[in-house]
Amino acid sequence: MNDVVNSSAGNTGTINAAGVSIKDLRKSYGSNEVLKGISLDVAPGEVVCLIGPSGSGKSTLLRCVNLLEQPNEGAIHVGGFEATHPDVDIDKMRRTVGMVFQQFNLFPHLDAKRNCTIAQTKVLKRSQEEADKVAQHNLERVGLGHLSDRFPDQLSGGQQQRVAIARALSMDPELMLFDEPTSALDPETVGDVLSVMRNLAKEGMTMLVVTHEMGFAREVADRVVFMDGGVVVEEGVAEQVISAPTQARTKEFLRRVLDPTHIEIEE
Amino acid sequence: MAMTARQRARVSLYVQIGIFVVAVAALVLATDWKTVGNSVFNFGKIGPMFPDIFLVGLKNTLIYTFLGFVVGLSGGLLLALMKLSSFPLYRWIATGYIEFFRGVPALLVFIAFGYGVPLAFGVQWNVTLIVMISLGMVASAYIAETLRAGLQAVPKGQLEAARSLGMPQWRAMVSIVIPQAFKIVLPPLTNEVILLTKDSSLIYVLGLTASQYDLTKFGRDGISSLGAGLTPLLVAGAFYLVITIPLSLLARKFESRSARTKR
Repeated sequence: MNDVVNSSAGNTGTINAAGVSIKDLRKSYGSNEVLKGISLDVAPGEVVCLIGPSGSGKSTLLRCVNLLEQPNEGAIHVGGFEATHPDVDIDKMRRTVGMVFQQFNLFPHLDAKRNCTIAQTKVLKRSQEEADKVAQHNLERVGLGHLSDRFPDQLSGGQQQRVAIARALSMDPELMLFDEPTSALDPETVGDVLSVMRNLAKEGMTMLVVTHEMGFAREVADRVVFMDGGVVVEEGVAEQVISAPTQARTKEFLRRVLDPTHIEIEE
Repeated sequence: MAMTARQRARVSLYVQIGIFVVAVAALVLATDWKTVGNSVFNFGKIGPMFPDIFLVGLKNTLIYTFLGFVVGLSGGLLLALMKLSSFPLYRWIATGYIEFFRGVPALLVFIAFGYGVPLAFGVQWNVTLIVMISLGMVASAYIAETLRAGLQAVPKGQLEAARSLGMPQWRAMVSIVIPQAFKIVLPPLTNEVILLTKDSSLIYVLGLTASQYDLTKFGRDGISSLGAGLTPLLVAGAFYLVITIPLSLLARKFESRSARTKR
């Protein structure tokens, strides 16, 4: 696949990046506490990767940021919004937060362009003409300008995920959340999606990324946060956390992820 | 002497064909063809049914069915959304309504609206309105269950994606979830229309003027006036097939289309 991005140009303007501040966040499902007091700050324009074993709570944390999950305790600030305030305008806040899902969640009854325009026209009240222009721009930005009339089931997984990114970008978000964006992809299409994300990071977007792609985290992330059992075990500069972790659990996790064929002989 | 599986299957097939032939033969021999010819297949005397059964009866059946379906679709959508609501009172009302109207014979609903309501409230509704409401209320209950299944079949991620783009709940339902749900339920919904077409015949319990006759009423009328036995009902039945068989084919087409696009 060589229809990949090469655009370094920004969106309709420059990105107006927002920061995130999370304090003592707790989330339980029944008696099962998934997040046990998480605090995390992301500066505007910063790229933070959340890594950790499955069930560690990293996806739940991400979904709390745009309130797809309702936290039980703690505070979240996103840009100018206090997400955890009882009177927060959820819909208004979500317009500033783009979300990319593991399963893409494109709207199958709409073509790529309409996927990118429907929220623009219905939520931002842009004219169809303006929305089309923004959609086309963002589809080109992810290298798919020529496939704007394709329906989701006519696109490969990697292409669908890039349309999903274009759909989120069409709302001019100030923050992008990525929930394991490459985990459902065929290996050969992973690179296209990661390079779109890399460009986005270069353009100065604030990004919070749940991922298992250690190469991407090392290269693109400013910081890496390792979570396990609902707590932040270790965080720091990407290179340091991945290459020289200080905590035993981080070391163990990274050893398994980076060298899955390694067999340990128990004594 | 052991048979192979293939031989056993062949013998079994022959036995089935044999039973079928014997049964048909017995039926043919036992039938009193002279009487049947006079009272069921007596096509010589049905001339007077035409062209009115076609111009009036077929037209009215189509109109009654269509009106019932429009009411049923709107009511059904409302009930389906109520049933999926997080607000318990809505769920109870919808469940109660659906259980009641699926449980009572449609005939009773026609009688209730045709005779009960005018008696109780002193209002005189015209036949079209009574049919529309009776048929619509019964159809609502069935269509609600179909649509509920369709709404639940739309993956949860669709709603999440729409909401995370800043769409309010109602907008996400209208623009994203409901269109997909309708696509999923198109085949069963077509079958509901077939059932409605037949249920519209229940208006025979109401007092109808000639211009309000539907297909069945024409058939029943023909029995008493033409002296051709039950033949007029047979003719009316054939007209129902003219409506329902194309609908059946349509449903099958929708089914194969959705099977093709599914990945």
